[in-house]
Amino acid sequence: MIGALFALAAFGMALVWGVMNVINITQGEFVVLGGYVAVLLAENGIHPFYAILVAPILLYGIGWFFYQTIIKRVVDRDLFTSLLATFGISILLQQLMNQVFGADIRRAAHGYGTWGFFDGLVTVEQVKLLAAVAAIALGGVLVLFLKKSRLGQAIRATAQNARAARIMGIDTDKVYAATYSLNAAICGAAGAMVAMIWVVEPYIGLVYTIRAFMIAIIAGLGNLSGVVVAGLGLGVAENFAGFILGAEYQIAFVFGLLVVILVGRSYLLGRKREYLK
Amino acid sequence: MNTTDRPVLLYGGILMVGIFLPLAFPAFQTQIAMMWMMITFALTWDILGGRMGYNSFGNIVFFGVGMYAAASIQHELYFDIGQFEVISNQFNLQLTPEKYVFGLGLGMIVGAILCVVMAWVMGLGILGLRGQYFAICTLGLGVAVGEFAGSIDYIGAGSGMAAPVFPLAMGSAGLFFSYFFFILVVATFFSLKWLYSTRFGLALNAIRDDEDKAEAMGLHTTRYKTVAWCVAAFFLSFAGAGFGHLNGFIDPLDVAFPGATFGVWMVLMAILGGKGTLWGPVVGAVVFHVTQEFFWSTLLGWQRVALGLLIVIVVVFFPLGIMGWAKERWPERFGHKIEESPS
Amino acid sequence: MSMLLEVEGVSKSFGGVVANRDISIEVPEGKIIGLIGPNGSGKTTLFNSIVGYHPLDVGSIRFQGREISNLLVPQIARLGMLRTFQQTRIYGKMTCVQNMQISMPHRQSGFSQMFAKYPKEVTEKAESLLEFVGLFSKRHLMAGDLSFGQQKLLEFAMALMNDPKLLLLDEPTAGINPTLINGLIDRLKRANAEFGITLLVIEHNMRVIMNLAEHIYCLAHGEMLAEGMPADIQNDQRVIDAYLGAH
Repeated sequence: MIGALFALAAFGMALVWGVMNVINITQGEFVVLGGYVAVLLAENGIHPFYAILVAPILLYGIGWFFYQTIIKRVVDRDLFTSLLATFGISILLQQLMNQVFGADIRRAAHGYGTWGFFDGLVTVEQVKLLAAVAAIALGGVLVLFLKKSRLGQAIRATAQNARAARIMGIDTDKVYAATYSLNAAICGAAGAMVAMIWVVEPYIGLVYTIRAFMIAIIAGLGNLSGVVVAGLGLGVAENFAGFILGAEYQIAFVFGLLVVILVGRSYLLGRKREYLK
Repeated sequence: MNTTDRPVLLYGGILMVGIFLPLAFPAFQTQIAMMWMMITFALTWDILGGRMGYNSFGNIVFFGVGMYAAASIQHELYFDIGQFEVISNQFNLQLTPEKYVFGLGLGMIVGAILCVVMAWVMGLGILGLRGQYFAICTLGLGVAVGEFAGSIDYIGAGSGMAAPVFPLAMGSAGLFFSYFFFILVVATFFSLKWLYSTRFGLALNAIRDDEDKAEAMGLHTTRYKTVAWCVAAFFLSFAGAGFGHLNGFIDPLDVAFPGATFGVWMVLMAILGGKGTLWGPVVGAVVFHVTQEFFWSTLLGWQRVALGLLIVIVVVFFPLGIMGWAKERWPERFGHKIEESPS
Repeated sequence: MSMLLEVEGVSKSFGGVVANRDISIEVPEGKIIGLIGPNGSGKTTLFNSIVGYHPLDVGSIRFQGREISNLLVPQIARLGMLRTFQQTRIYGKMTCVQNMQISMPHRQSGFSQMFAKYPKEVTEKAESLLEFVGLFSKRHLMAGDLSFGQQKLLEFAMALMNDPKLLLLDEPTAGINPTLINGLIDRLKRANAEFGITLLVIEHNMRVIMNLAEHIYCLAHGEMLAEGMPADIQNDQRVIDAYLGAH
């Protein structure tokens, strides 16, 4: 169930990557920001579930802002420049959040209980179930949007061939802006749910970025169902690792897994004399 | 100015600075030591990042491993571990100057060997990755190693460990390490200067400009990539050993493997100064270090925000860096010819 | 007459597309052999297969009698077989002389060789080869600053620098000013005659390949269509049809 949120973030990352050829390291920070929205709402007496609507809107604006100021200028340059630029933004946001919100962990109180089955052997937190449902609903809306709406189709066209899209009259700049902002919004929604299920703190963003990246490369950029499966798989794997190795190893596990996946992939491709592009 | 005189004046001047600066400003000795260390960071990053085109976010692992190796050797040599099972941060080892220096020296050698072997082994799997995958993989590596170190009890786990106390008889730790890091940075600089003047330098550049072409021309790309990383690892391990002892306290995530600070700054400094040039990393590191100290004293908590902003600005608006910009502006002065040279 | 390169029954597909089907060619030592065919007939794929850029599906490739289809690109290059690229690849941020120096053969390079400086002879050879292709006055310029045609010449010079036994040239005259083509043909012939380098050339320019090659293979739709001497190929109805049909 946790994996559904990872899958959301991964989907957004794959979207930006596929359309604009930018690997958005800031992904995790957008998630955390969404989380803080939920926290702030909860602390001001509004039920954090509304954050699932509010956070995306706010994050859309934030994403749009960063696109216009920074991302726009690095889209056409080499991948490392855009990587470093988004990395810089992520550090900027991390430190900003640290200054504004403080370094303590925060969570959004939701007041949901748990359901017990089989006399308490299996417990399901209501909030997790609700979040999973919300994530699926959101995913469904996204897929529909991309398939049916004009902007969605423009996005897909640009992802396939930016030059052709431009010739057809699509304003690629607007598409890029929309894609990036949309991605930020997706992260915001996911983040709101994260704040309710776990905690947020300023430096937790990088782990989410790496998770999204891993899922995106395992599933492949265009493959939505792959993203979902990989996301769920990662969620399960992480839980498992945390259970077996102990909670303090969980973060090391995620990053270690990244290294293993990349090296493994590279080796397998190498046997065909190709390499990861 | 005669071009053959210039280097001598320049080097002589820097030598004077290295010797007298920490004596003139005793209160800033630690900062001076760190400035030389930062230059070493930038120079070692530039080997892979600037010269070879492989942007590593994980060089910090060599820094941390060197640090822990040296401190551990110090403890192992002079203390019977059997009595205490772990080197905890409650324990402060007091040594005589001879023992301290010997232990540090041996520890650094062990650390350097360890780091070179690490680079070689990691290179087997990771140097096969290209471009952004290499960058992200090394990023993951840096964090993974740091987190992992935080769980090893032998070196104090999450609470860290204390390095041996700097012997009072040796005077000020700041002064000692100012000279230590100065010697290190000079050794690094001249080693790299020599290295880049050989085939090695051209090979790295060829890999950067077009790795497929280099392979198609029969270049032993794997060999060169691995050696390059080993060289970077070598010098970084000394830096780590020194810093651990200067700092007195080694914490896995904040001191030994600080990916978010030193790890990122390595990249930033080299780009700021101009990657791929010899003096670029030097200039970039000095400018950055001074700026950072300035931010720290004026902006306090917001200094990190300002640094994040700096990364973005440099990368987006100033990617050539200081030396790169200078080369574009005055190409002839840097030996870059734009006119033909008939026989 | 020994065969320097033997390609036997080579097939290669990408996904569902068959790029090469059962191709066999022979390149005798010291000759200039041509490879022609309309766009999309699989010529560059065949080149890529020969130099080890990807593994073969079926078939065998032997260089100097030795099976090379399981070797990697750098290994094959070090055996003495090089290729030039259609899009022309050089090292943009290095000077022409440096491009040449790094193109020295790497065959005997041991570990200690990595750290040696280039002896004077290497630089002299580099400069004389640059002279050979007419780039001597530009030798200290950045390779990336050269025009496309000049880069092509540089790439050719770099290949010569590497002392290859066999050079695979992928459309060496593409994009070159027609007035300079004769000069290039002349240099290719001289490289073959004076330096003893065997050439296998992909060309679209009929005039060039008929002038240059001693034996020509024609591919179409991934298969071998015809082979023979230039005069025969020129008049071969199948070849004419293939080209006309492709337009």
